[in-house]
Amino acid sequence: MSEIAGILPDLLEQTGIMLWMVALSLVLGGVGGLVIGTALYVTRRGGILQQGALWWVLNVLVNTFRPIPFIILLAALQPIGRVVVGKGIGTEYAVFAIAIAATFGIARIVEQNLVALPAGVVEAARATGASPWRIIRTVIIPETLGPLVLGFTFAVIAIVDMSAVAGLVGGEGLGNWAVTYGYRQFDEVVTWSALIVVVIVVQLIQALGNALARRIMRR
Amino acid sequence: MAQHIVLDRVSKRFPPAKRGGEEIVAVDDVSLAIERGEVFGIIGYSGAGKSTLVRLINQLEPVTSGSIAIGEVPISELRGRRLREQQTGIGMIFQRFNLLTSRTVAGNVAYPLEVTGVARAERRRRVAELLDFVGLAGRADAYPEQLSGGQQQRVGIARALAASPQILLADEATSALDPETTGEVLDLLARVNRELGVTIVVITHEMEVVTRIADRVAVMEAGRVVETGTTYDVFTRPQTAVARRFVQTVVRALPEGDDLARLRAKHDGRLFTISFTDEGVSEARVFSALAAAGVDFNLVHGGVDDIQGRVYGLLTIAVRGEADAVDRALDGIGEGVTVEEQR
Repeated sequence: MSEIAGILPDLLEQTGIMLWMVALSLVLGGVGGLVIGTALYVTRRGGILQQGALWWVLNVLVNTFRPIPFIILLAALQPIGRVVVGKGIGTEYAVFAIAIAATFGIARIVEQNLVALPAGVVEAARATGASPWRIIRTVIIPETLGPLVLGFTFAVIAIVDMSAVAGLVGGEGLGNWAVTYGYRQFDEVVTWSALIVVVIVVQLIQALGNALARRIMRR
Repeated sequence: MAQHIVLDRVSKRFPPAKRGGEEIVAVDDVSLAIERGEVFGIIGYSGAGKSTLVRLINQLEPVTSGSIAIGEVPISELRGRRLREQQTGIGMIFQRFNLLTSRTVAGNVAYPLEVTGVARAERRRRVAELLDFVGLAGRADAYPEQLSGGQQQRVGIARALAASPQILLADEATSALDPETTGEVLDLLARVNRELGVTIVVITHEMEVVTRIADRVAVMEAGRVVETGTTYDVFTRPQTAVARRFVQTVVRALPEGDDLARLRAKHDGRLFTISFTDEGVSEARVFSALAAAGVDFNLVHGGVDDIQGRVYGLLTIAVRGEADAVDRALDGIGEGVTVEEQR
């Protein structure tokens, strides 16, 4: 018990850092994924902005990035990170790498949900003379918002997972803390407290996502 | 009446679904002139190309060849913003309603007004007016899934009319509705045509829809228009095999095949079919002529139908009597009634 009291300040601090990393990379990767996923949907054959060449490029890009194990991507993106965020190590760089991986993962999730939208709804909007951009803003996104929220919730949990290996490049967070002070120092109390906190965080996120989606879909 | 929608040798071909597959000819060299203020029906079996044809009129699909004009505007030549401006003048309703589930009834009806940039206060006034017109004044804040099919289609109609279009395209608009609701929706469409002067193009495989509201009708088969005429003419004197098959589903026409065999087994004597319209002599003349000749007969098949408010009848009778007397009685009955023996 006294040991838990001793590690509590670190536990809370590292949980805070993890949540910050997850939130920031979710926002960045979420926006990127929404843009690329929507672009895949509208440029595909029969889409409102059908554009075979662009679709092909995006599709290959997504298929190239998605299968790369994150721990390898984290190392491989270092040169790009030095250009974009100024360094190839640390928590900021880890956020950058997670955001890249999340962008391509979320892009597929977004595309899959948009494809499920009944084509007739888009056709009805086209028949009113609405422009493609207006249809994206007022029909495609609002009509799929419920499933999109569930898709993003799914993505958050993958991001929590990715944030755990940030320690590889000197990033902080709960995962790094569990590896450095739990695993490497044979301190099972540290490992298990980190694990329990992660499980609680994930449960809360899932509950929040479910509640939000239910509210949007009115069921 | 002036021509409102003119299709001139319009074709639509879709590329093959698979590489090396065959090109699909959905619409094949169709020419049509639809007049301002009329209700024009396009009938045909599934896959005849009627849904594609209607999507060419508002250019949801570009034509492969030929041209389409709405009034003076060559809509098939337009692209981008100029096309979209024209599309706001053509409303469309769908078999599955295609309402936005993320919006209330009022939000759905307001959609075309947002597209055309109508200010919020004016939008609200117009939405209230439209919901009143379609009989849904109290349901403005409901969501589509809280409404019945007929009510959802009313919302679809209100949405289609929001931007005050001069043309309304109805793509199988009643096919997902039960017969009673179909009647209500058709009455509403008739009102749209009568009170607002909107030209309506109705695509359907339901013949009741056409006989009830269409002034004129085109029959499609394999991408081509094979027959065009007033609904009354097409239904009383179909010229093509496909039109005859359609007509028989509503007008209980001539007994054929098994029906005819069954009638022959049940009734002795000769079978005659009398067809008559409201233009000529009534069927009563036939009956009195037979009675005067002392010939006995039974009514065995057929009925009298109402097409666009006009009478059309096809009655088959079994006649027993001396052959000469029967022939004499039926000869020279008069104009407007034809008597044909079923052999």
